[in-house]
Amino acid sequence: MTTMTKTEGEPALPGSDPFLSVRDLHVRFSTEDGIVKAVDGLSFDLERGKTLGIVGESGSGKSVTNLTVLGLHNPMSTTVTGEILLDGQELTGASNRTLEKLRGNKMAMIFQDPLTALSPYYTVGRQIAEPFMKHTGASKREGRAKAIEMLEKVGIPQPKTRVDDYPHQFSGGMRQRAMIAMSLICNPDLLIADEPTTALDVTVQAQILDLLKDLQQEFGSAIILITHDLGVVSKIADDLLVMYAGRAVERGSVREVIKSPQHPYTWGLLSSMPRLSSDVNEPLSPIPGTPPSLLNPPTGCAFHPRCEFLDLVGGTRCATDRPDLPAGRGSACHLTAEQKQSVFIEKIQPRLG
Amino acid sequence: MLRFLVRRTLGALVILLFISAFTYFLFFAIPHDPALLSCGKNCTPDNIALIHRNLGLDEPIPVQYFHYMVGIFAGRHFSVGDCSAPCFGYSFANSDPVWPTILNRFPLTLSLAAGGIVVFLLVGLGAGMLAAWRRGTFIDKFFSSVSLVLSSMQIYFVGPIVLALLVYNNQIMDQPKYVPISEDPVGWFSGLLIPWCVLSIIFTAGYTRMSRSTMIDQLQEEHVRTARAKGMSSRYVFFRYAWRGSLIPIVTMLGLDIGTLLGGAMITEFTFSLAGIGRLAVDSVLRTDLPMLMGVMLFSAALIVLFNIIVDAAYAFIDPRVRLS
Repeated sequence: MTTMTKTEGEPALPGSDPFLSVRDLHVRFSTEDGIVKAVDGLSFDLERGKTLGIVGESGSGKSVTNLTVLGLHNPMSTTVTGEILLDGQELTGASNRTLEKLRGNKMAMIFQDPLTALSPYYTVGRQIAEPFMKHTGASKREGRAKAIEMLEKVGIPQPKTRVDDYPHQFSGGMRQRAMIAMSLICNPDLLIADEPTTALDVTVQAQILDLLKDLQQEFGSAIILITHDLGVVSKIADDLLVMYAGRAVERGSVREVIKSPQHPYTWGLLSSMPRLSSDVNEPLSPIPGTPPSLLNPPTGCAFHPRCEFLDLVGGTRCATDRPDLPAGRGSACHLTAEQKQSVFIEKIQPRLG
Repeated sequence: MLRFLVRRTLGALVILLFISAFTYFLFFAIPHDPALLSCGKNCTPDNIALIHRNLGLDEPIPVQYFHYMVGIFAGRHFSVGDCSAPCFGYSFANSDPVWPTILNRFPLTLSLAAGGIVVFLLVGLGAGMLAAWRRGTFIDKFFSSVSLVLSSMQIYFVGPIVLALLVYNNQIMDQPKYVPISEDPVGWFSGLLIPWCVLSIIFTAGYTRMSRSTMIDQLQEEHVRTARAKGMSSRYVFFRYAWRGSLIPIVTMLGLDIGTLLGGAMITEFTFSLAGIGRLAVDSVLRTDLPMLMGVMLFSAALIVLFNIIVDAAYAFIDPRVRLS
């Protein structure tokens, strides 16, 4: 839990900087309907070799945050403010050339759907070898040899022949393995995995997660795992960041957040997870309402229109006053620590079974 | 691949057979006796009957058609001499052998079409890709509006204007003419430059708009984003990833346009007073010259069918997913 104990905005001591540090990140898209505040003041840190899970509903800004880290947003319609420091290097204002050198090399990304994320027109081997050849200046032959080596590492059988296959000749799980091979070929220090298992079978999901974990130990990369599946996160992440409407609403170690969640939104996420052990007749408890429009987010706490516990705070505080996320372990909610604990024990835990 | 080619070739032969029968029988619906063409001023019924017999027109139409088709593959014997396979007969109008005439006229039409294709692909794809690359900028808007204007043009409108400006009034260039490339490559090029450019004007716009929109679609594909996430340069991503994906619609469009191009050849050839296949087709219809008409029809149809097979085969080279299925 070293990553979360730092106070937000506190000047870090030299030499003890976290590997990736995001400070007060704002990402705005201008659309025909107005300005979308996709990320609205997000801060987090990540150290080498650690895994940070980011969870939240669709549209909570998790993917946007990470595309912004890589600089893959559309510069024409997007405004980015705040700081993204990767190993001390500022990325928000970095030139395209600088980012190109970092992408695929120092930081890499795994996408959700490996079928659409791989080009149908080139062999798997070529697509895996490309970043290696680009960043190390290796020849085609060296690139191919390295691609075979990587395919073997991610557990593709007969890598010497499969290297010349096209993505459509691979199964879904194998494609995601190939995608992982591609992202790790330059031994990146930061790996962003954007819902890497969502498009896969459950049995394959576990294999891919194990693979990521093993490779992290071998390569020592820091991983950001974006998902909406708390089960996936609990399996491989060290720390957890819960996002809602472009802001972080709760953070802590995975154990803390899953065992004693503090934010009503996190409660909702946990309660809406189906469990095998529960009775078939017991209904799921989804979070009422719909995710807010980011064109015109609710005032105060963005979650207040869907929150069951407004009355406990009383008055109109939730609708007018935006709660801050304290540094380290904590949640952005006006409930007092005692209220959070008692509500969780009395109302939420029974639902979780 | 081989099976594909065999299947498509057989299909093509069936299509050509239908076209030949249709054209042949339709010809006799024209209320005009081809014999009158070579009968001259003092035409007597006896003369006409003689000509009918010489041309083989006294036989029933299906029998004539049968002889005609056999002649293509096996050659034919006429009173004037032997005609070896492929025998398409002799022109009713001037007794020229059909097949050599077509072969003689074809290089012009081929040069015209090939040069036109090169020009409109270069200009059209270039402008479209540049517009996609600089999407939303002045360049994009400029090319988009120019292509809209050009796509509403016609060869017989632009052609005479260009001729008037460059040839008749200012004598910047010579009157378009055809010189075989084997004799004088420079003369071939300069003689056909104006027709190529005018011909490509109406096609260029379509390719500009098509390549712009498919490139923009492709640039939003996830695999293009992956390529960027790997650190590949924008240029590499644009030309290797996005461009590859937009080839399929462009090749499809080209396959369709090749037919239009051959059909449109007659307009171009008339506009620039060039004597190619298109002109031959029009002349043979006007003269009710059945053998020549049949020859030109079958030849053009075979070309179009052939190009369609080539386009379909090209898909397999472009997209590996097509290759296996």
